[in-house]
Amino acid sequence: MIAELGLAALWLAASLALLQLALVWFGLVGDKADLLAGVRPVAVAQAGLCAIAFLALIALFLRSDMSVALVAANSHSAKPWLYKFAGTWGNHEGSMLLWVTVMGLAGAGVALLERALRRDTHMATLGAQAAISLGFYAFLLFSSNPFARLAAAPEDGQGLNPLLQDPGLAFHPPTLYLGYVGLSVAFSFAVGALMTRNVDAAFARAMRPWVLGAWVLLTIGITAGSYWAYYELGWGGWWFWDPVENASLMPWLAATALLHSVTVLATRDALRAWTVMLAVVAFSMSMVGTFLVRSGILTSVHAFAVDPERGTFILALLLVYIGGALALFGFRVGTVREGAQFELVSRETMLVLNNLLLSVVLGVVLIGTLYPLMTEAFGHKVSVGPPYFDAVAGPIALGLMLVMIAGPVTRWRHDALRAVGGRLLVPTLVGLAALSALAVLAWGRIGVLPFLGLVIAAATAVGSLTPLGKRNLRRTPLFTYGMVIAHLGCAVSIAGMASDSAFTVEKLAAMRVGDRVSAAGWTVSLDQIGPIAGDNWTAMQADVSAARDGGTPVLLHPQSRFFTTPPTATNESAILTRWNGQLYVVLGEPTQDGRWQMRIWWKPFVTLIWLGGGLIALGGLLSLIGRERRGWMKRLRKAAA
Amino acid sequence: MTRLLLFLTLVMAQPLVAQTALPPAPYADRQLDDPAQEKKAHELMLTIRCLTCQSQSIADSNASMAADLRSQIRERIAAGEDPEAIRAWLVERYGDWVSYAPTTAPILWPLWAAPALLLLGGGALAAARVRRRHSSKRKAG
Repeated sequence: MIAELGLAALWLAASLALLQLALVWFGLVGDKADLLAGVRPVAVAQAGLCAIAFLALIALFLRSDMSVALVAANSHSAKPWLYKFAGTWGNHEGSMLLWVTVMGLAGAGVALLERALRRDTHMATLGAQAAISLGFYAFLLFSSNPFARLAAAPEDGQGLNPLLQDPGLAFHPPTLYLGYVGLSVAFSFAVGALMTRNVDAAFARAMRPWVLGAWVLLTIGITAGSYWAYYELGWGGWWFWDPVENASLMPWLAATALLHSVTVLATRDALRAWTVMLAVVAFSMSMVGTFLVRSGILTSVHAFAVDPERGTFILALLLVYIGGALALFGFRVGTVREGAQFELVSRETMLVLNNLLLSVVLGVVLIGTLYPLMTEAFGHKVSVGPPYFDAVAGPIALGLMLVMIAGPVTRWRHDALRAVGGRLLVPTLVGLAALSALAVLAWGRIGVLPFLGLVIAAATAVGSLTPLGKRNLRRTPLFTYGMVIAHLGCAVSIAGMASDSAFTVEKLAAMRVGDRVSAAGWTVSLDQIGPIAGDNWTAMQADVSAARDGGTPVLLHPQSRFFTTPPTATNESAILTRWNGQLYVVLGEPTQDGRWQMRIWWKPFVTLIWLGGGLIALGGLLSLIGRERRGWMKRLRKAAA
Repeated sequence: MTRLLLFLTLVMAQPLVAQTALPPAPYADRQLDDPAQEKKAHELMLTIRCLTCQSQSIADSNASMAADLRSQIRERIAAGEDPEAIRAWLVERYGDWVSYAPTTAPILWPLWAAPALLLLGGGALAAARVRRRHSSKRKAG
């Protein structure tokens, strides 16, 4: 009954999306203004129905209703309830339902909350949002029905991939999807503005909070996903330039560029066409990413719900939407008047540089990710991995950091080179100091890229704070704090990456109970090994004590887990966090002579990577609140009155 | 109870252990004594693809194939071979697919040229824009 209810809600939501599109079309093009009054209620109802369908699927998973094909294929009655719940989106159909639900809710958000936009542009935006949703509804209903029943319900389900059985599943995919799909709003804004010929500063101010919100969520999603992979896969790596990782990075890069160009448009009314283009590109990258992940045409360690046949459907959607938006852009770009002028030495130029470098990184990641596909078409299989991306994206990213130091201390419109140089004195000195200190301490022992990374991170950390100097800190607007914190986060994160890559110590050892090994000042001893059982797994668990420089030992419990449904082994790493790094211990397989293979890493300051990611997201959030607070308060007061 | 658990664990682990029932490669998980050599070997392993895995390097994989290659790489490094020579040997044996570092085969030239072209093209576009604004402003002023 619940499944049928969910399916009915989904069909209704899809028809409302069609209605929404028709109302906008006939209202705007057919000039029947009274039709437009219906658009907002329909958008809200559509979101509500979609949410009902999604809740129905969650209920089916929680009740372990094995008569539903999706539940039977991906769940198991013995799973802990959290994984039954989060398992709803740990599969293809469920994650696509989450996708359209988020898209519907975002559309309802635009319908209810957006006040700054011109009315016809607002309506056209909602029409575009409905048009995108329709494609994904069709995809769900015609080729990925999550509510399909089985003729005969099996005794029990086939279980969820154990790698996904982690609290991270409850958090990471929804956040990432909110970010991915949040960018659809920017896409719809761009289409709406092109349709109604309304690209200007006011439009940019209306679009900015949506971009900022999606970007914050995307940042959180990527940061959390990276940490999850770091502790779950059990090899101490946090980023591998894997296709799925790249798929999440590409929209983030585009959104970061968009965030900066939309600010130029909002503040200075410059970069009009480029900003609209970026808004189209950002969501296109979300769709490309989804296509790459879902179709399984690229192998990935993180792809858990793959189906090549459906890939064709997504590819078709992709071509229609991206092609359509680009065609519209081509037709209408002539009507977008050129924006305001600026001098060579100006913040605008710095932000153009920022956009240029971000776009180049985006291009490189896209080409590098797709290249193996292209060569395969010629019968030549190649791999493009970390050595390529590090060598190419690394230096550009460092260049971007330099622009990041200079940009915020350069004035809008026009500035004097000498004055900008003067404001950069302190960061330059800090960078030189870091350079000499590192040259003395670590010259020749660490790679060039980590070396430069540490130097530039030090300069950027100080440089990011420079905009606060000579300011009355109480009067400094919240969004300036947001920028400062986000830029500081970039420095912190780069420092962590460089430190991990330069100073990590690895120790592999085959140990008997009672053995001890030492690495990087730590003494690690294997005290005991014994079996232990969870709800749906059994494991061998080691009692490991670790002490630094003869200090008090701390007990760690790495496990080697065995799941029955489906049969899989996972390594549950044990991580000890100290202020200056993490000790990462993994229990491997037993050797033939009765010892246990242990992998131990000391990773100095590796936590900075995710701390930096958190700061970047926090900065974005503060910026969002700082810019929008006044409008929100006004609306609240109006609602109360 | 504990004993029963131990038994169950080992029984369930059997198919997983079976994969590696062959005599394990000696240097699969044993580091070389010389840290400089181990570092070279490890850096190479990070860039060699585990062919039986879903996009993992042999340094990050439990697969027996990866263990085998790790051992071979350590042994060859210990014997004084150059990492790039070992990569070339692996590429010859398994094809370009095995190396995460794209080789210099002609089919990969566009890949290596892409960043420079993007940077030059984008830079030229931006520069033209800034210059045009600059000059139009001067004329207007």
